[in-house]
Amino acid sequence: MSLKRAAAITGLAELKPLKEPGELTALKLIATVAAQAIEDAGLEKRDLDGLLVGVPFSDPGMLYPAVAAEALGMRPRMLNIVDLGGASAAGMVWRAAAAIEAGMCRAVLCVMADLNRLGEQRPPLVSLHREFELPYGNFGANCGYALIARRHMFEYGTTPAQMAEVAVAQRKNALRNPLALFNDRPLTIEEVLASRLIVDPLHLYEIVSPCSGGAAVVVAAPEIARRGPHPPVWLLGAGEYCDHSTITYAPSLTSSSVKAAAEAAFKMAGAAPRDIDLVCPYDCYTITVIVTLEDAGFCAKGRGGPFVMEHDLSYEGDLPCNTHGGQLSFGQAGLAGGMSHVTEAARQLSGRADARQVKNARLAYVNGNGGIMSEQVSLVLERER
Amino acid sequence: MSAYFKPLPNPSLTSRPFWEAAKRHELKLQRCAECGKFVYYPRDRCPDCFSDRLEWRPVSGRATVYSYTVVYRAATRLFADAPYILAVVELEEGPRLTTNLVASPEAMRVGMPVTVFFDDVTPECTLVKFKPA
Repeated sequence: MSLKRAAAITGLAELKPLKEPGELTALKLIATVAAQAIEDAGLEKRDLDGLLVGVPFSDPGMLYPAVAAEALGMRPRMLNIVDLGGASAAGMVWRAAAAIEAGMCRAVLCVMADLNRLGEQRPPLVSLHREFELPYGNFGANCGYALIARRHMFEYGTTPAQMAEVAVAQRKNALRNPLALFNDRPLTIEEVLASRLIVDPLHLYEIVSPCSGGAAVVVAAPEIARRGPHPPVWLLGAGEYCDHSTITYAPSLTSSSVKAAAEAAFKMAGAAPRDIDLVCPYDCYTITVIVTLEDAGFCAKGRGGPFVMEHDLSYEGDLPCNTHGGQLSFGQAGLAGGMSHVTEAARQLSGRADARQVKNARLAYVNGNGGIMSEQVSLVLERER
Repeated sequence: MSAYFKPLPNPSLTSRPFWEAAKRHELKLQRCAECGKFVYYPRDRCPDCFSDRLEWRPVSGRATVYSYTVVYRAATRLFADAPYILAVVELEEGPRLTTNLVASPEAMRVGMPVTVFFDDVTPECTLVKFKPA
């Protein structure tokens, strides 16, 4: 069974990321963004019979899909959480398509929202991480990606300036995105490298800024998608792979399972990286984009640093990359950050990206990345022909 | 001397021999009696061949730095007292460990040889750390 054109993204929405969420709740953000996405799809809530939701870091608990369904007044025929960290959104898209293809439901709301309040506790670590990582100060994602960046520099000669260029190029895109958290001025490589060193070799401007927000897409069966107000964005290929949880157990710090996920997605799509018009690789850190572009096959392994210098990653460039600004400039609203890559690709392919529209964009590559390069989900999306 | 306030491991049935050895200043890892591979973290079955015949064996404590970072701004207040070096080291016997390197940041290099030492952070707990060989 293939999921090629089994379903399409037919509605999308994202909330403007907030640094100060005030008294907002995750459920309120979910309800707000869900309503916008359903309206964008030209559907009524009663038309939605599937629900995939992420459990917000800020409101963790069991049985969350039913909690969300009840809050939204939905009665889904298929409901689940997708718990793949930053890969959850991309993971939702193919799971929704699979459920539709299997006849379990016809229109799936994929929604995530989260709050980040300064000083708020994060959910507890699993016991193994608490036992073997936390005592040494390996906490959160910063350290893991710094280890990856350092090793990449050692193996391939990648430079801090090359990594910084990812933040610079994506900022140029964010200047055209009124929703982006950081869209008031361009960045330079010098500024990125002059920003505070947080976890050597990563600087402040190479690290996502936590914020609050939400994003959602509606994935629908072909006959529903074709009736919608916007051109459907077809799922052409999907692939998923995971080869470790803790970074200590990654077979390699520099070659990731993006390769396996991307190969599967391109194979299903019958496409190759050279066919792709824009890329939305998960960008929690600058190095993440470099490793992803390499492993997805956009350049040779180890050439990601020179590659981002040689190519124009802006919306008007030869390989538009994270045209919404990426999480680095758009903001990372917890789990919802990973949905921003999906919504941006769908926005571009349905010709709705306004001032940052990529001309004649037909095929997009999206990658979702969970944990420390752990869970990987690649998608190939196609504009309605 | 102020009390140690950083998080400590809470050994499990599976991992207790590792921490008990560390307390005696010995580095012991599980070795699979079927396929011969060394295993870390402590596991319930060999991640490679899935055998449950895992036996605790002393290892050399010799390793090389696979990667490292100097953490200037920790993600938790518990580690905000001073910059520290977080490293992944690759033991001579194969497995990699996340640990702290106690060395000057300027001296750090990927690939440098390091050796284990045991940091008795509390009377009950010893952490496994490394320093330049």
